[in-house]
Amino acid sequence: MKRTGQALAAMAVVTALALSACGRAGESDGTTAADGPTEVTLWTHSAGNPAELEVYTQIMEDFNASQDDYEVVSESFPQGAYNDAIVAAATSGDLPCLLDMDGPIVPNWAWAGYIQPLGISSDITDELLPTAVGIWDDEVYSAGYWDAALAMFARQSVLEANDIRIPTVDDPWTKDEFDSALRTLKAAGYDTPLDIGAEDSGEWWPYAYSPLLQSFGGDLIDRSTYLTADGALNGPEAVAWGEWFQGLFTEGLASNTGTIGNEEFNRDEVALSYTGVWNALGSLDAVGDDLVILPPPDLGQGPKIGGGSWQWGISSSCSGAALDGARAYLEFSFDPEYVAAFADKQIVIPATEEGTALSEYFSEGGVLQPFTELTQFAVLRPETPAYAVISTTFETAAMDIMNGADVQETLDQAVKDIDADIANNDGYGF
Amino acid sequence: MHTRPGAGDGPRPLTGEDPVMTTPTSTEAAVAPAATSSTARRPRRSRREGHRAAYGMVAPAAILLLMFLVVPVLLAFGLSFTNARLISPNPPRFVGLDNFIRAFTGDPTFVRSLINTFLFAIVVVPVQAGLGLVLALLVNQKLKGTTFFRIVYFIPVVTSIVVVSILWRFMYQPDGIINSFIDSITFGAWESIAWLNNPSTALPAIIVMSIWQAVGFHMIIWLSGLQTIPEELYEAARMDGADAWQQFKNVTWPGLRPTMIFILVTITIAALGLFVQIDVMTQGGPVDSTTTLVYHAVRRGYREQQTGYGSAISLIFFVLVLIIAMVQRYLTRDKD
Repeated sequence: MKRTGQALAAMAVVTALALSACGRAGESDGTTAADGPTEVTLWTHSAGNPAELEVYTQIMEDFNASQDDYEVVSESFPQGAYNDAIVAAATSGDLPCLLDMDGPIVPNWAWAGYIQPLGISSDITDELLPTAVGIWDDEVYSAGYWDAALAMFARQSVLEANDIRIPTVDDPWTKDEFDSALRTLKAAGYDTPLDIGAEDSGEWWPYAYSPLLQSFGGDLIDRSTYLTADGALNGPEAVAWGEWFQGLFTEGLASNTGTIGNEEFNRDEVALSYTGVWNALGSLDAVGDDLVILPPPDLGQGPKIGGGSWQWGISSSCSGAALDGARAYLEFSFDPEYVAAFADKQIVIPATEEGTALSEYFSEGGVLQPFTELTQFAVLRPETPAYAVISTTFETAAMDIMNGADVQETLDQAVKDIDADIANNDGYGF
Repeated sequence: MHTRPGAGDGPRPLTGEDPVMTTPTSTEAAVAPAATSSTARRPRRSRREGHRAAYGMVAPAAILLLMFLVVPVLLAFGLSFTNARLISPNPPRFVGLDNFIRAFTGDPTFVRSLINTFLFAIVVVPVQAGLGLVLALLVNQKLKGTTFFRIVYFIPVVTSIVVVSILWRFMYQPDGIINSFIDSITFGAWESIAWLNNPSTALPAIIVMSIWQAVGFHMIIWLSGLQTIPEELYEAARMDGADAWQQFKNVTWPGLRPTMIFILVTITIAALGLFVQIDVMTQGGPVDSTTTLVYHAVRRGYREQQTGYGSAISLIFFVLVLIIAMVQRYLTRDKD
């Protein structure tokens, strides 16, 4: 009896553990309390970003105070674990109503049925920068308050001292000008004159370096069919990009090590820095008026920068009153004041003109206004569910090229990997 | 409690047995040899009682193993013949051996992973086991301060491998401690290199770090093996005039045989499963020079969401480890 009891107790503990695990996964969202406002759940990736979180908290408080029908309840995750959390939640049918997501992943999640068409007033989405709206199958699935942009940071005094022309948006550096500028700067004593950010990894690689590929005339995938990368990622233009990119490192014009961020530029260890708007304020503090924000070089097909940052969507499991609440919240949150608050706190480019006008840094005459002109060069990363594979494949291929692999061979293999995945998914519905 | 009717032919109740009745002593059985079938069955019933308790005791481990080991392995086996995706609106489709054919013919990174994994194991297994033994012999001396050295050698083992990997990544940088150290002992003749960014040094760099991190663990195992060898054997050997090397060869080494087999198997399995160091330090690069089977399976199966293909790689890995473990088992079997 005693022993049987122990055994039963042990089994009961295990069962309880298993059940509680299932129970947690099964907690449903968007439930209506018998009385009181409908709860609308919201997840963000901004747990590690207090500036961003502060604005969200403000919006939610304002929204919850502004009406009695809905109450937005938020949970924030660190960015590193966020996508995993979403995929896990979606697999167990446990997604919140509102969730934010990185722009390029939107087609994948829309195709997979994680998110539903946004359904908010088109007055709002039409006003946004085109790169701040996520579209799949001609439907709007996501919208964001901002976009980011990459630029070349430089010191005016350094460029002038070396007789290097200061480029403008209308007249950017050509490839030859850019190459000779780098060589001049190297001769002027900069060990590796360009900080291109190669020490970073992950999504940064396709975000930062596929625009350079596009400026050469190549691309990550053939955008006329979205069925193959053949010809786009391994054609002559792409190979020219690969050889140029490899050359930056073999000739010592750029370094593949260093610290992530813009410290090398701020300490004047590099002359040029290819980096994002989010580093601009720090560099402005370090360099002051001498800082110039330049468009990236025109490598053949005009300057290009990556477009598409974090955006908001509504999960497909959201329905009924919670769905109405989610839409009401989003419409409420696109107030120009909030858009400006995101821009100024996080140092990102506001997605609406009204928001830009209210922004301290990005409005007419603001210190970071040059960035708003760069958004005209923005190219979205390919809007296909295959992007998850394209992204890591391109990252690996570009890293291999940086480290001296044969360019044509590496790109051919990347094309094979991407095409194998597309074939495996029966073309992703294209 | 209750007394059951004499002829216990009917189905037995599972619970509610009287504890006294369930534990008959041997004397009881001996004094009543001519008892009815009821008493004759008692020992058997108590055996069953014991079994039931044993099953109960095994249940927690068995259920967890079943849920987190057996089921995933079976799932991986099934999924590897489909085009299953982590995220997809379409149900998985049976694709036969496509994934396996792709691995060996259409995915050079997989082949590279296979080679790297074995290179790593071939170097790490003997070096780490040998170094562990040397350290164990050193800290087994009856001198003052050996405890201090035991602790020092063991510290990396109790440090998280992620932390160790991040620190060593800094140490391997061109301006890191390793380059500056070599630079100062060669009086500046050393041209500093980015160890982890060079395809020919990245894997060796990871091998060195991995051995440093794990050698303390195997030192402790060797040490426990050493301390099971009775001192009398050494005394006898010394009386026969054996020198230190002869003592090691004829007393220590044979005495360590079971320890050796254990260490060989654990290091091999750990080495073949190389993942964290790669994930933190090189992400498989540069130019695939450090990608390994487990890393590749995670990359393809999870990060690129190709669950079916990732399962196929895992299955290949599983079969390889199984074969190697069986070969080791065969080679180290007791020949008597």
